[in-house]
Parts: sequence; structure tokens; C-alpha cells
Amino acid sequence: MAVKKFVVGNFDDEAVLFPAVKKVRRAGYRIHDVFTPFPIHGLDKAMGLRDTSLHTAGFIYGITGTATAVGFITWALTVDWQINFGGKPFFSLPAWIPVTFELTVLFASVGMVLTFCYLCQLAPFVKKDHFNTRSTDDTFVMALECTDKTNEAEALNFLETVGAKEVKVEYRETEWWIGRYDKEKKLFHKEN
Amino acid sequence: MALLRYESQVRAPLVDGTKDYHQVTEDICRPVEATPSRLWWIGFLISVALLIFGIVSVTMEVIYGTGQWNLNKTVGWGWDITNFVWWVGIGHAGTLISAILLLFRQGWRTGVNRAAEAMTIFAVMCAGQFPIWHMGRVWNAFFVLPYPNTRGPLWVNFNSPLLWDVFAISTYFTVSLLFWYSGLLPDLATLRDRAKEKWRKHFYGVVAFGWTGSTKHWQRHEALSLVLAGLSTPLVLSVHTIVSFDFATSVVPGWHTTIFPPYFVAGAIFSGFAMVQTLLVVTRKVLALEEYITIEHIEVMNKVIVLTGSIVGIAYLTELFMAWYSAVSYEEFAFFQNRLNLNSPYGWSYWLMMGCNVLSPQIFWFRKMRRNLFVTFFMSILVNIGMWFERFVIIVTSVYRDYLPSSWSTYYSPTIWEVGFYLGTFGLFFTCYFLFSKFFPVIALAEIKHILKKNGRSFKDHMDELEGESIDEFSGRHGHDHGA
Repeated sequence: MAVKKFVVGNFDDEAVLFPAVKKVRRAGYRIHDVFTPFPIHGLDKAMGLRDTSLHTAGFIYGITGTATAVGFITWALTVDWQINFGGKPFFSLPAWIPVTFELTVLFASVGMVLTFCYLCQLAPFVKKDHFNTRSTDDTFVMALECTDKTNEAEALNFLETVGAKEVKVEYRETEWWIGRYDKEKKLFHKEN
Repeated sequence: MALLRYESQVRAPLVDGTKDYHQVTEDICRPVEATPSRLWWIGFLISVALLIFGIVSVTMEVIYGTGQWNLNKTVGWGWDITNFVWWVGIGHAGTLISAILLLFRQGWRTGVNRAAEAMTIFAVMCAGQFPIWHMGRVWNAFFVLPYPNTRGPLWVNFNSPLLWDVFAISTYFTVSLLFWYSGLLPDLATLRDRAKEKWRKHFYGVVAFGWTGSTKHWQRHEALSLVLAGLSTPLVLSVHTIVSFDFATSVVPGWHTTIFPPYFVAGAIFSGFAMVQTLLVVTRKVLALEEYITIEHIEVMNKVIVLTGSIVGIAYLTELFMAWYSAVSYEEFAFFQNRLNLNSPYGWSYWLMMGCNVLSPQIFWFRKMRRNLFVTFFMSILVNIGMWFERFVIIVTSVYRDYLPSSWSTYYSPTIWEVGFYLGTFGLFFTCYFLFSKFFPVIALAEIKHILKKNGRSFKDHMDELEGESIDEFSGRHGHDHGA
């Protein structure tokens, strides 16, 4: 459990949010995260996030699937138990293409989804804080992480000048948790 | 953001009415959050009743064996495999809409993809029932999997199209489910955050997997959707191709045809879109979603129907031509005597198929007809009947008269338990669909919001502001450093 202090700005239009992200970064603030109700193309770049490597992972899973299928079928039908199917060669690669293809797709998809869930720490029963429940509806939430050097009043002011409709300082949990949160910690706020 | 406006301004908006983001959320979540209507209960209970009838029919088959069905020598595949191919075909539209149209950047898919994908999953679930229960000794169904067994181990035959089918259908089901559910996560989070009742908070809290809408998560989510779409595109084409191999790789006249894979895929898309129309014409009305599933959506799908229907028509004619051109008397007999001849025992089913699949969709060349909901609904039913008969014609008319006239079978017609099994899958399908439309948003919320400013009526003029500074320009100056 790691509760941190944030300066939070709520925006109601991505057209305002976009330049705001640029200005905030230019001013030297550190953006913890921006929560949006839908994907905004280019926001990741504007925030300076690096590209995801999920594609590469998917490719590796796919190749694994191909290798598994070809390897296993070859072993099963040419080494382990050779069966003469209508006089065709034991190693009949063209007939194995369908199963090989399906396993490639299966491995790549399942692997990618599991990796996605792992990277984003998503799972049933997992709970996370996202500052404002309206951020899955129509509000774009920008959270700036406060350090010892951060002048909160100044940061709040700055967020307002770049277009935030509502700004405040909040203490929030940054990790995921399961179940209720108010048992051990004082800093309980209403569960989403 | 210079590339936001990639669509012509003369296009009709995909989201009608004056909407902001919150209004979109309200509209789409309303049917989920409202108490079920009387209409919903009636539909749901009818579906459950059908499902129960199906379970009884299957139980009869399990207890007394496949002899409960009227299958005979030589019609070993009858209604069961017809229904299997029919349901699998229907299960093609969802992934086509969500995957192929995503790659083709078709904005209109966002209004219909969620419901269509759900339909796909339910249809594949129904399809899977038929080969499984057709096995007879269903408790041995796991024999189709390549697992280390005490018989050698004796592996499954990887050279057999029937085994390819096992892999194709199960992969298709798994990937469709993952694609559908990963797309649902953000919308389930929206429902979670709006929930007022305790059970609702808990339920959507569990199924939303803790989705927050963080920018990094969205970035990965977009990458995931794109790659899954790229994987699903060849997958959806492969599934019906492989189903067609079940027939095409045999040496039965009427089945032994190289045209089968594309012909089956076109037919699958054809029947799938018809089923999407059947469901959405009703869904949009009952759930008051006419501004999201607009008449434009209906029209576009009708265009797909007339296109694929005509492809199927060309395939029928090609088959006839090839039967004549091959000069093989068995081929000619299968096509000209068993099918084309109206006076042959099953000639009526061939002409019913021709009428429903080839002739009737031609009405959609007229714009007025494409935009008419009654015509659309009626046609969608007709196409589904026609496509069922296509599979029936292919299967039964090819096998009821063998090479050997002495083993020609008597007239095959189903028993009540075969019909009951078929009706039971309707029960399964609609039970699932009713539950889906009650507990999940039938329209992809986040995706609608994503296109709202490009394609929504109220935002069409708002674009110029957005297209200020380009992103590349910005990130060129700021690179990949993390602020400071």
C-alpha cells in the first residue's frame, strides 16, 4: 500500500486536455497519469510514454504456437506412432497447415491478453484508484505527483490556468488491492 | 492531431442527435440499469422454455443413442450437421465486423460491433453442440483432443479435416471471447463507477478487472485490439474454409469442389449479417438506441448482404457449370437430377435456397428498400431460412443417393428430437442474448465516445480547434524524457 499525494485536475474536453498536457510538461511538472473515458490517440506520445512492446510479445507467442504445432505433429506422426493414412507420406506438412495456423493464432491471442492483463495489473476482484469515478464517463483526469519540492498552491493554480475545471489536492492509493481498503488504513475514501 | 478528420464531411453522422459524452453514457447504460421490462421477461422465458426443450431432446439422444434421430444409410449427416454449419456461418459476422472492419477503418462498425461479437460467441456455442452430441457416446468426446492416452498413445489424425475443425472452432471461440471481453472491460468499468446498488457495484467491480482508464493502459489496449483484429481476420476466414474442407476433401459428388472455401466464407458472412440485422432491428427499437444504430448502419449492412448474396449466387451457378463441364456423370447427376430437378425428392429445397439467397436479396439494389426496417427484418429472416437450406441441400442431396442405386436411402426427414435439438439451440442463443442485453452495454461505449467528435452530428463543426499543433512537432521537442 503506497498512498501518495497528488494535485488533480479534472478536464471536460480532450481538446483542452491535450494542450494542457503539453504545457504542464513544459512547466516541469511530473504527470503521474491521465485517466480518460476513451483512448485519445497521441496522448501517450504527448505525455512522453514509450511505445508498448505488446506487439513484440504477441509475435513471440505466435512463433511459439507455430513451433509447438509443427514440432508436436511431426513428432507424433513421424516418430512416435507412424500411421499410413491412404499411402500419404508420414511427414505431410501441407495437411498440417490448418492446425499449425490455428495454434499460432491461439497462442498469440491468449498470450497477448494474459500479458496485457499482467502489465496493466488487471484481474477479477482487483481494485484500483482512479481519482474520479467520472473519469470512465465524461471527465479527463490529470494527476500530478507531489514531491517535497512541489509548491501545491502554484500547481493548483497552474492547472486552472491551462483549463482544468476543478482542481484539488488528494491522497490516493497507487497500487492495486483486493477487498475493502479501510480496515488498516486511515486514508479511506469511498470505494468506487 | 492533424489526422483526426479522415472522413468526408458529406458522410451522414454515425451518432445522431445532440450528444455529449455524458449523454452517450446515459443512453447506453440506461437499458442495463433499468429494471427488466415485461417484454424482456416474455422473450427471456420463451427462450428458456426452448432451451429446456432442447435439453430434453439431447437427453433423449444421449439415453437412446443417435437412433433417436432419423439418420440412416446413407444420410449420416442430416439436420445436426446442417445446423452446425448454419450456426458457425452466423458466427462469422461478429468477428468480421469487429476485426476486418477495424482494419479497414470503417467507422460505422462501432455502433454494431459489440452486439455482433456477442452474437458470434453465442452462435459458435450453439454450433459446437451439434458435432459434440452427434458423437453419440458423448462421454468420449475428449478423444478428439491430442492427449497422452493409454492406447499407445494413439494420436489424433492431424491430416483429417474433422480434426482441423476441432482446432478451428475452439480457437475461434476462444479468440472471439477474448477480443469481445477485452473490448468490454472499459465499458464494464463505466457501469461499475455508475453503480448505485450494492450487488451492482460488486458485480461490475469483479468483471471490470479494476480497469482505470490510465493512458498507458489505453495505449496497450489499443495495441491489443489492433493485433487481435489482425489475428482474427485470417482466423475468421480460416474457420469456414476449414468447415468447407469437411465436405470438399471427400469424394462425394456435390461436395468434391474446389470452390467451396470462398463460397462458404461468403455464405457465412451473408447469413451472419442477416442475423445481425434480425437482432439489431429489434434491439435498437426496444432499447431506444436508434441514434446509435442508425438507419445508415442498417443500410450499410444491407449492402453487405446484397454483395455477399450475389457472390453466393455466382458460386451456385459456377457449381452448376462445373458439374456440366466436368462431364462426370455422377457430378451431373448430383446437380441436375438431385438438386436442379424440381420433381426430385429434394428439388424443392434447392429452389427454396435459390429464391431466398439469390433472388430475394436483389431487392437491396434499391435505396428505399435498404432503408426500410420492415423489409430489412423480413429479408434477414428470409436469408437465414435460405442459408439453412443451402447447408441442407449440400449435405442431404449429396448423400441420399449414393454411387450405388441399391443403397439409395428412403426419404430423410427429421424426428421431433432432431427438431427439438435445433430449437434448443435457439433457446440457448436467445437466452444468452437476452442476458447479455440486460447485463452488458450492447453498444461499445468507449468506442462511440472515441468517434463522437469525428462522426457525431453535434461535433462536426468543432474540428478545427482540435487540429492545432501536431503531435510529432510536440514530441520532437520533448522527446521521451519524463518531464522533471
